Amino acid sequence: MPKVPIERIAQARSGDKGEGSNAGVLARSAAAYAFLKQHLTADVVRAHMAAINHGGVKRYAADNMRVLNFLLEDSLGGGGSASLKTDAQGKTHGLALLRLELDVPQDVLDSVTA
Amino acid sequence: MQRDKKVLIANGQGFWGDSILGPVRLVNEGPLDYLTLDYLAEVTMSIMQKLKSRDPSKGYATDFVALVDRVAPQLVAKGIKVVANAGGVNPHACKDAVLATLAKHGFHGVKVAVVEGDDILADLDALMAAGERFENMDTGAPLSTVRDSVTSANVYLGAFPIAEALDQGAQIVITGRGTDPGLVLGPLIHEFGWTRDDHDLIAAGTVAGHIVECGAQCTGGNYTDWRDVPDMARIGYPIIEAAADGSFVVTKHAGTGGMVTVSTVTHQLMYEMGDPHAYITPDGVADFTSFTLEQEGPDRVRVSGVKGAPPTPTYKVSMSYHDGWKAVGQLTVSGPDAVAKAELCAEVVWQRLALDGCEYAEDERMVELVGAGVCHAGIGAPREPEEVVLRMGVKGPDRAKVDRFGPELVPLVTSGPPGVTGFAGGRPKATEIIGYWPALLSKERVHTQVSVFTS
Repeated sequence: MPKVPIERIAQARSGDKGEGSNAGVLARSAAAYAFLKQHLTADVVRAHMAAINHGGVKRYAADNMRVLNFLLEDSLGGGGSASLKTDAQGKTHGLALLRLELDVPQDVLDSVTA
Repeated sequence: MQRDKKVLIANGQGFWGDSILGPVRLVNEGPLDYLTLDYLAEVTMSIMQKLKSRDPSKGYATDFVALVDRVAPQLVAKGIKVVANAGGVNPHACKDAVLATLAKHGFHGVKVAVVEGDDILADLDALMAAGERFENMDTGAPLSTVRDSVTSANVYLGAFPIAEALDQGAQIVITGRGTDPGLVLGPLIHEFGWTRDDHDLIAAGTVAGHIVECGAQCTGGNYTDWRDVPDMARIGYPIIEAAADGSFVVTKHAGTGGMVTVSTVTHQLMYEMGDPHAYITPDGVADFTSFTLEQEGPDRVRVSGVKGAPPTPTYKVSMSYHDGWKAVGQLTVSGPDAVAKAELCAEVVWQRLALDGCEYAEDERMVELVGAGVCHAGIGAPREPEEVVLRMGVKGPDRAKVDRFGPELVPLVTSGPPGVTGFAGGRPKATEIIGYWPALLSKERVHTQVSVFTS
């Protein structure tokens, strides 16, 4: 199985939520959603984003939209106007998440290029 | 027939600072019943309170008056109604400026409404005495810990006062703080006669409002597959084509750039999402897991089946307070060895400040090497960049100590490693940190008022 960035099988958008951010991940196909729902856990995301997010990670699912939503609880260096960071609003966290590499089965990869 | 009636509601302003071209093009490039405009960010109210304290005729979004000045003839000729939260902390001053602008153009008889009651800054002590604790929704701390530093306090009002203003014949509705989706839900309540008990319909209007509230973020802006987005320069701002049964289509004017697909709309539905099962507004609770999205034609996405639940007994209150000072500055460091030189520069600045008796705690100072993996820290293999932007900052409660930092940054150009440039901004100075304090308030404590004026 090829290790690929999950951008191949998903899209994302992120933004600020108080002192943390949210990163929504939208699967590009039903098969991709099933795969991500199983493998893209809160723990996996927390490890991947460890240098950005210093708090916990919560995951929610919206099956109707093929969306997994991750709350990164301490990712903005204080949040709002208290942050000194360039990305004080977490605008880039979605793309950071899409760079995560996973072992994606060929049939899942094929399901998004069809 | 009411059953077949369709209402077109656009959003032309996604945030404070969005392009004026969005709303100008919306009124010129196709049919429209309503134009909504969002001018308020979390920190905006605090800035507006400060402006108003210096000049009682200020404290609202002057961009809105400039927009009315530019598009007044089209608004009047086409009968387009406008709903804007441009009132800030001084909606009557905003209304007066809009009326004066309409009069300047010779338009008389245009009704302009003001929705107020959101500003509770002057009532805070009385409300606290009456038992409201205004605990911070994130930390649980009582407001008393920062009460003396509070600079603004506003309730997020719902959509019904907006509908009431439209019921009274207003063509332009000016509000202060309200929910963003309420700008769209208000006109829907007015047009279709929805009631507070129509929980699914209220939720549908809320979802519609959420989709368009950030302007072009649902029509191809900030989209993962950005290469697929056509004609980004002329990106179309979003339009909701709504029906009385709560179903609606997200679209944009024909011939504009960008695109409306299930994917671009879902991108925006994910924005600022918390628990998708419960999107709470003062008008109700929308379930973002309940509905279906389908592409029914080019640049047309239909949303149907939205489910909702009754509203909670509280309003959300957004407060700001003085939370100290910060200063941030930057220099550019070229290669060779840009990263190593920039790291040395940062260390030199901290050491020189320490020599002068000025040390900052770890959580009160920041160094970024922009270009060497800042936004995506810790992700991907590091590569040596051609140059980096050295960005440094400090913060804390002591303004003098924060201000001491700035003068030690620029001297690196002559007393640091070679290849340091880009100091055009001058010395960084201390600016105020505006803290954000979200809290809840019992609904019965809040009294909204709608008044209508005529140009």
